[in-house]
Amino acid sequence: MFRLALKMLVGDRGKYALLVSGLTFSTMLMAQAMCLFCGIMSWTVSSVRNIRASVWVSDPMVEQVNDNKPLRSSDLSRVRSVPGVAWAAPLYQGAQQARLAGGDIKGITLVGLDSATLAGAPGRILAGRLEDLRLPNTVIIDEFAVERFSEATGRAFGIGDVFEINDREARVVGICRAERSFTGGPYIFTQYERALDYAPAQRKMLSFILVGAAPGYSADEVAAAITAATGLRGWSESALIWSTLDWYIANTGIPINIGLLVVVGFVVGIVFSAQTFYAFVLDNLRNLAALKAMGLTARLLVPMLLLQAITVGSIGYGFGMLLTSSFGFFTLGYGRIAYLMPWQVPVVAGAAVLSICVFSALLGITKVVRTEPAIVFR
Amino acid sequence: MIPAASTPSPGTAISVRGVVKYVGEGDARFQVLKGADFTALRGEMMFLVGPSGCGKTTLLSLIAGTLAADAGELNVFGQDLRRLGSDRLAAFRARHVGFVFQQFNLIPSITVAENVSVPLLIRGLAPRAAEARAREMLARVGLADRADTRPGKLSGGQQQRVAIARGLVHEPDLLLCDEPTAALDRDNGQQVMRLMRDVARDPARCVIVVTHDNRTYGYADRMAEMEDGRILRVLENQADIRAHHAAAG
Repeated sequence: MFRLALKMLVGDRGKYALLVSGLTFSTMLMAQAMCLFCGIMSWTVSSVRNIRASVWVSDPMVEQVNDNKPLRSSDLSRVRSVPGVAWAAPLYQGAQQARLAGGDIKGITLVGLDSATLAGAPGRILAGRLEDLRLPNTVIIDEFAVERFSEATGRAFGIGDVFEINDREARVVGICRAERSFTGGPYIFTQYERALDYAPAQRKMLSFILVGAAPGYSADEVAAAITAATGLRGWSESALIWSTLDWYIANTGIPINIGLLVVVGFVVGIVFSAQTFYAFVLDNLRNLAALKAMGLTARLLVPMLLLQAITVGSIGYGFGMLLTSSFGFFTLGYGRIAYLMPWQVPVVAGAAVLSICVFSALLGITKVVRTEPAIVFR
Repeated sequence: MIPAASTPSPGTAISVRGVVKYVGEGDARFQVLKGADFTALRGEMMFLVGPSGCGKTTLLSLIAGTLAADAGELNVFGQDLRRLGSDRLAAFRARHVGFVFQQFNLIPSITVAENVSVPLLIRGLAPRAAEARAREMLARVGLADRADTRPGKLSGGQQQRVAIARGLVHEPDLLLCDEPTAALDRDNGQQVMRLMRDVARDPARCVIVVTHDNRTYGYADRMAEMEDGRILRVLENQADIRAHHAAAG
């Protein structure tokens, strides 16, 4: 009978196509919105991903990685004295402006790395050498900077080109791969001392201290020891990521706005699928009543309808996730849209589609179970 | 308390005694059957006739077990239907009853052979075996070559022949036909009735036909006439049937 149920479903091609396309669209809406949400959230922690260190130290009032409450220079020595700290390096991070040859000005995220160790340097240098950062007035820019600066100057911007940060020369010696920042400014890496030259002077300039854990110590242990010993705030990398994500979720409208998109996708799915499936059941009501008259019990009829609903749901979900993934693949290649699909997105979208299907099936099931088989004689 | 049914004689297929049925609720409550009595025998094709609204279809539904009577006795092949719960009633129908509906009620999205195999699938037969038997049955109604066609590609007469094959494929004791020729032209109607007489007749089987179509009365062994929720008279043979309808004009 289950084979028959599937044949009944697929045989009504118009309704079958409508059901599948409705669920595809619904899946796509929900998954797309969730991927955009995850993408935007990943941008908020791009500094932690681009500047790699197992432990970060900040002012105790800092709540997330883009929060700038600078430390005193002497804090660096205090951190170095904490047991479990293998090394500690200063880090400058701040939003600045780059002035290009034609006079165009672009916002950037300036990162100053410890000149001795270059701790926190980007993981992937695409062109040039990291060590060249030790040359005078040099910077390494990310791919996004290349793209933006090329657009602004009207020619391919790259190694050897020069621009200004606060009227000081910055010469490009390398190009790296970095994740986009939440504020949209490309990442520009330079030495710590040079970053302090580039940035307008303030009483305190040390944004974070990057720390390496000594052998035998975990990042969490070292972070806790730093917090206890210095009164500063030590973070493991993952703790800083989650604190940043929590902060953006709690303090911005992003979750509500994107959550609304997810809800719209869910509602569209429910309305469309429930209505179409119900219409499918109504169209087949006399036939289903005839099956009941012939002795088919609700115990078999209910799983048949559930199977039909879950089948269209699975197919619609598959197409929806395929379209969402394809969209993600192409936009990631293009690189300007926040887009990330962690495993939770397909799972949540799948659970939502399943609930839509079960709800749609229940509407049909209620109708069929309440229908007297005697209607076939009327 | 449901009264115990009286025991029908061995040749009796259906025994209906004082059956009452109401439909609707409140002010709209209406008595459709007002104490219907009749008996149908094994091996006969019995017609139930009468004007629209007289209760023929309701009586057919009660015999099929798709509706429950409010009062009276209803015994079908030795089984008191009023004593069966819905699941056992469904099992009873699956085992003992075949149906031919006015609008055929063939599932349009599956093939003719698959449609015919449905009663066997409901009884739990494997799909392959069910379809093999369905093809045999289709051969008996002259539609072996249309087994893999969708019902929508067939004429009305052919669809009703498919419905007859479906009604008989599980070899039921009772075949219930609701206006089997109403949706057919004269020739197709005659063809369907001939087929029913040929394939449905069996010494152990009872065929009940509800019809308005007086062109088919020649196929009846006996005929029960209904009026206003009651059996008015039972015409016991073709001579009586012809005489009565000639007199009625």
